[in-house]
Amino acid sequence: MDTASLNISKVQEGLSKKEFSAAELAKAFLNNIKEKDGDIHAFLAVSEELALSQAASVDRAISKGEALPELAGVPMSIKDAILVEGLPCTAGSRMLENYIAPYDATVIQKVKEAGAVILGKTNMDEFGMGSSTENSAFGPTKNPRDKSRVPGGTSGGSTASVAADECLVSLGEDTGGSIRLPASFCGVVGLKPTYGAVSRHGIISVASSLDQVGSIGKTVEDAEKLFHVIQGKDPKDGTSVAYHELPPKKSSWRDFIIGVPKEYFEAGLDPQVKAVIEKGIDRMEKQGARIQEVSLPHTKYALASYYVIDMSEISSNLARYDGFRYGKHVKSGTLLQEYEESRGQGFGEEVKRRVMLGTYALSAGYYDAFYLRAQKVRTLLKQDFEKAFEKVDVVAGPTAPFLPFKLGERSADPMAMYLADIYTVPVNLTGLPAISLPAGSVQGLPVGLQLIGKAFCEQTLFEAGKLFEQIQSNG
Amino acid sequence: MITKEDVLRVAKLARIQLNSQETEKFQKDLSAILDYFASLQELDVSGVKETTHSVQVQNVMREDQEATGQKTEGLLQTTEQKDGFLKVPSILP
Repeated sequence: MDTASLNISKVQEGLSKKEFSAAELAKAFLNNIKEKDGDIHAFLAVSEELALSQAASVDRAISKGEALPELAGVPMSIKDAILVEGLPCTAGSRMLENYIAPYDATVIQKVKEAGAVILGKTNMDEFGMGSSTENSAFGPTKNPRDKSRVPGGTSGGSTASVAADECLVSLGEDTGGSIRLPASFCGVVGLKPTYGAVSRHGIISVASSLDQVGSIGKTVEDAEKLFHVIQGKDPKDGTSVAYHELPPKKSSWRDFIIGVPKEYFEAGLDPQVKAVIEKGIDRMEKQGARIQEVSLPHTKYALASYYVIDMSEISSNLARYDGFRYGKHVKSGTLLQEYEESRGQGFGEEVKRRVMLGTYALSAGYYDAFYLRAQKVRTLLKQDFEKAFEKVDVVAGPTAPFLPFKLGERSADPMAMYLADIYTVPVNLTGLPAISLPAGSVQGLPVGLQLIGKAFCEQTLFEAGKLFEQIQSNG
Repeated sequence: MITKEDVLRVAKLARIQLNSQETEKFQKDLSAILDYFASLQELDVSGVKETTHSVQVQNVMREDQEATGQKTEGLLQTTEQKDGFLKVPSILP
């Protein structure tokens, strides 16, 4: 079976025409995992038993002539921050090394009901902290396009599993770029939906005002289909909202006004990446899109604002790992000693760094200078986008400021790693939807173009994304 | 540059035990990152309201209906228990 040429609609067609069964499809992808994952290490756990039982129930439905749901038989992977009942859920941390998920996240209930076949849990930076998947306690994932390089992070296992044909689509989670950055580095499509569009129930919390589950696929259409299955209000997540999709009204580039923020093309952007992105924008213009320069003047403060808020929320969310309720427990004497030693041994370096900085930023005397000020800057960033979106339909720019880097290249200096997120974090701070699209490559290394939309305008991003794929495939 | 005592104070607040090597490294890292955060002080934010959530929802209500809860056994899988309570060491040494 030629797994590389498949997409969701071809799977549906093949199943309904009985060209292959769901079980054969699942086995073909499980076989890909066996052959390739020794090198790539996208998976932390492979759930062969679950996958084959889900495939068998799809095959039973087919033999009974039942109508197939949206994702029937679609082999997928799940980031290890999302709970799948009965499977390990480590969040890439020693702290949760032996933790088995006791229930399904809402998004997992939804993909299961839609007939998807879950092949396993994918590697990630510990508790979603990092930009390269090197911070996993279980070893890094390698970029399938060049195994000496990182896949990006934190959902690097998810994007690598899609890029390597170890599955068709994947669910990731994006707090500051964790879907879009690795999608860019691995040459696949990754969507971060509008905040509130997808339930966070059953997701291991990182920074609750920023976290959002999203879809990863080889094509825009696959990412779109998966998004439509997972979106919607959930009574178990008070921040989720009834998804009111705004229709795109757009069918050709002539209907689009594309905003290009000048601040996204300044110093710090690799000239080779810049050239690929500018070429992509030129092509949209040649097809009839109107290109308009916009300004997002507070961009240079976004990264600092993001990390203050991210770390503050992390320090609060990760307080639950006390050695008693979840995971690693070091027995040493008094309650305080056991807290300190369980957390000292259970958390990796980056997690400790962020928990401590968040604790510092929230501690007495510093709250106004850090957390409150960062949230005011967040308002300014929101206003920047509101102003830009008065004039344009989408904002286009690079997803990452540089090419996929070598394993180990940035891990010694935390600030060098944080810079990878410079174009992705404004989107999480403002809650907007954004998609990273393969835009070309430099010496075989993928470059991603990021399109940012208005809140709840995912459909506009999908339409623009599909048009962009057409230009790319026309060379 | 923050001091070694600052690092140890924050580690204590965060309930994280550090060894001396970590303390030294974090003193350097935390200082560099806090220096970067200082750029936020350049901006005039007077009169700007803070944003806590990007998509604001208020007073989320639901019907007061009975529903099946989570699986208690699974939720307690990693805990140590005694007589139906979680077991922890004595709080007072």
